[in-house]
Amino acid sequence: MNFLRFAARRLVEMAATLLGASFVVFGAMYLAPGNPASFLLSGRSASPAALQAINDQYHLDDPFLVRYFRWLGQVLQGDFGRSITYRTDVSKLLADRLPATLTLVAMALLVVVVIGLVLGWVGAVRGGATDTAILLSTTLAVGTPSFVAAVLLQGLFAVKLGWFPTSGTGDGFGDLLWHLTLPAIALALYLIGMLARVTRSAMLEALEGEHVAVARSRGVPEREVIRRHVFRNSLGTVLTTGGLIVSTLLVCTILVESAFSIGGIGQLLELSTTTKDFPTVQAISLLIVALFMVVNLVVDLLHPLVDPRVTLGTRRSGA
Amino acid sequence: MNALDIRGLRLRLPGTARPVLDGVDLAVGPGETVALVGESGSGKSLTSRSALGLLPPGATAEGSVLVDGEDVLTMGPDRLRALRTGRAAMVFQDPRAAINPLRRVGDFLTEGVRFGGRTGAADAERRAVELLDAVGLGKELLHRYPGQLSGGMLQRVMIAAALMGDPVLLLADEPTTALDVTSQAEVIALLGRLRERFGTGLLFVTHDLGLAAAISDRVCVMYAGRIVESGPAGALFERPRHPYTAALLASTPRLDSRNGRLAAIDGQPPDLRQELTGCAFAARCRYATELCREQTPEPQGEHAVACHHPLEGSPLDV
Amino acid sequence: MSVALTRRPGLGRLKAARGPLHLACLGIVVLVVIAALLASWIAPQDPNAVDLGNALAGPSPDHLLGVDAAGRDTLSRLLLGARTSLLGPLGVVVFSTVAGVVIGLAAGWRGGWLDSVLSRSTELVFAFPGMLLAILIVSVYGEGLLAPVIALAIAYLPYVSRLTRSLVLAERSRPYVSAYQVQGHSTLQICLRHVLPNIAPIVLAQSTINFGYALMDLAGLSFLGLGVPALTPDWGRMVFDGQTAIQHGYPLSAILPCVLIVLTVVAFNVVGERWADRVARRTP
Repeated sequence: MNFLRFAARRLVEMAATLLGASFVVFGAMYLAPGNPASFLLSGRSASPAALQAINDQYHLDDPFLVRYFRWLGQVLQGDFGRSITYRTDVSKLLADRLPATLTLVAMALLVVVVIGLVLGWVGAVRGGATDTAILLSTTLAVGTPSFVAAVLLQGLFAVKLGWFPTSGTGDGFGDLLWHLTLPAIALALYLIGMLARVTRSAMLEALEGEHVAVARSRGVPEREVIRRHVFRNSLGTVLTTGGLIVSTLLVCTILVESAFSIGGIGQLLELSTTTKDFPTVQAISLLIVALFMVVNLVVDLLHPLVDPRVTLGTRRSGA
Repeated sequence: MNALDIRGLRLRLPGTARPVLDGVDLAVGPGETVALVGESGSGKSLTSRSALGLLPPGATAEGSVLVDGEDVLTMGPDRLRALRTGRAAMVFQDPRAAINPLRRVGDFLTEGVRFGGRTGAADAERRAVELLDAVGLGKELLHRYPGQLSGGMLQRVMIAAALMGDPVLLLADEPTTALDVTSQAEVIALLGRLRERFGTGLLFVTHDLGLAAAISDRVCVMYAGRIVESGPAGALFERPRHPYTAALLASTPRLDSRNGRLAAIDGQPPDLRQELTGCAFAARCRYATELCREQTPEPQGEHAVACHHPLEGSPLDV
Repeated sequence: MSVALTRRPGLGRLKAARGPLHLACLGIVVLVVIAALLASWIAPQDPNAVDLGNALAGPSPDHLLGVDAAGRDTLSRLLLGARTSLLGPLGVVVFSTVAGVVIGLAAGWRGGWLDSVLSRSTELVFAFPGMLLAILIVSVYGEGLLAPVIALAIAYLPYVSRLTRSLVLAERSRPYVSAYQVQGHSTLQICLRHVLPNIAPIVLAQSTINFGYALMDLAGLSFLGLGVPALTPDWGRMVFDGQTAIQHGYPLSAILPCVLIVLTVVAFNVVGERWADRVARRTP
């Protein structure tokens, strides 16, 4: 089975890269000047007992590689150690904060996909002034960092007009969606611009294809020609941006959650970075990298289904 | 009623000084095969595409293009679409480019008639299987992707697709140039058989005179947007009367050629950006006189030739 | 030649980049650069002079663009902020270009194990979004401009080295290289005097495109309070400082740096893409 072998090979590759990433994430701590124990405590009062506790918890007396593999083994079991700031298990911290972030990312993803594809479609098909307007606004969108979008949207729609709450996550799921609307738009803006542009140029390329003229000459209605022969043919290119979209969403949640005071993973990463809560930083970094790679794997596996010309194993490299 | 009747078709493109098609008259009877030959740029593809209402952007057309008695040039978009799904269809030059590589063969076969609204999915598929069989392919191809088929097979699929709407007129635009030699012969033989079986009128566009001779009942020779000579295939090739036809035949490689040399035609076809008076071929014609340069010759007779000094001899004496 | 610049996806065929838009963007780039260069001479006030009694005042003859929550002159902070906001990305771009070209040149010319090590580590670095890598390093080294600049330079390095590698591979197979080799020129000489000048325009176009990315990432880090130190005027930091003011209905001190960030990033994007397009058309 060709597909299974391809999937297995990609899975092994992904595991190898993840291993490398985990090594980077683990090893980063030891780049810090001074000894790891004082780094982990960083400024907090270091009684001999506390120092001993840190030493025991991180087995700082063992050789580096032994420590790494012990840490890796724990991570694989879902144990990311204890947060220094919050004095609880990092995995519990993550579990508490993951729902808000995932909801935010899912909402933004929905907005990106729907609006990005529609804008790209309309720009490519309509042309003329509509296309120019879409090009200009997407140029603006890809130049707008998500925190700028967040601050501006917050200032206008939450503070000035009062249509949306300024911060927080509210109570209950409906309220959560309500609170996350502006953040999701802020998070989505840059990617809407990017996806619209990718879709537009892929569709323009597909429009040049002779099969499009042939479909028209066979009496297929224009709407269907666009849907079946232009949009469909641009999907392969659009799909390859999937990994980039998801990783950008995850990283930019840090900025947006901070701007809107949303208690999610991103805000946790920001807080734990400023407080040098390294186990938490490690866990979130690893989580983001792993999610990015899983999405890339899914994209790779989906690609042959979207485009039968893609022979398995000839993967486009890069993000 | 003729399958195709083009009368005085004059087509102008933006940025040109004279029409790209300049008074084309062409008829394809029911079940008849007509070959339209000429060099690239002579307007033969434009002529055949006009029968489906496929004009280049910005083009203006005069005259009439009757398919099955109805003028294509005056049709609204809905009627034009109905025409394209039914009475007229085209086989394109390069099936690899013409068929969407991302959609299954069965989907390609049925999409025209299905969106025409006349046929349900099940009927369309039944018809597709029937036609695949008629072009010598099995029904298992319905679920394959174009990338899994050879060029020859794909062109058969293309032909089957063109026959889906049961057309009275089939247009074939250089349908064999993109194929290898064995597939070429197969496709030509297939087109001949299908024409007999389905009684479809066929306009066969080609630059290959040998192919034209092999397949057609009548031949039209086109030069610089005009039909310069037309007549029964046998007579036209035996005894070409227009100097251009004769020169074209002389420049075609033949196995039975007497001296084995090829005679290329000197000069270039006239530039579209310049006005043209008189016979378009006059500048390259060894028989040209003042009359040729001043007055455009009109084609006359059953074996019609648009020339002031038609030839009487055999092509190989040219 | 199968060489492609890594761009912001979809900006590739920026038709609107011709004509007035491109000129306007070029103008913005020039203006911002001049402002950054001359900031300390043209800034009307001390950017760090605190005047709490005058906090959040609107535009006045003394403070043309008003003051922020600490009573600091917004115009002066914007001008001096241009300096920090451009210097950071410049550092990222210079470092990643120089290191990327060296590594790409070595990998492309030498091949072998060096090449496979490069492609493995490229794969690894691509898995880390630039901003995440920066946060990881800031969490170790603490705030400041240097750590994030180095982190982002590492994150952008593979884009340059991969491009350089493929360019060098293409260049190496051209006849003039073996001609020089036969004449006894050393590899280093050929690389520096012939290969490098030939591939420079494409690499620099890539770096211009990276500049916009770096500016966005660094401004984001400053917004999080992880970039420049608290008192340094910086656009991202100004947005962060102004956010509370916005929530109290005084948007000016936050909106202005927002506008400048967007204008500058858009301007660098458009100019970079236009350049990349022209370079791409020139190469065979």
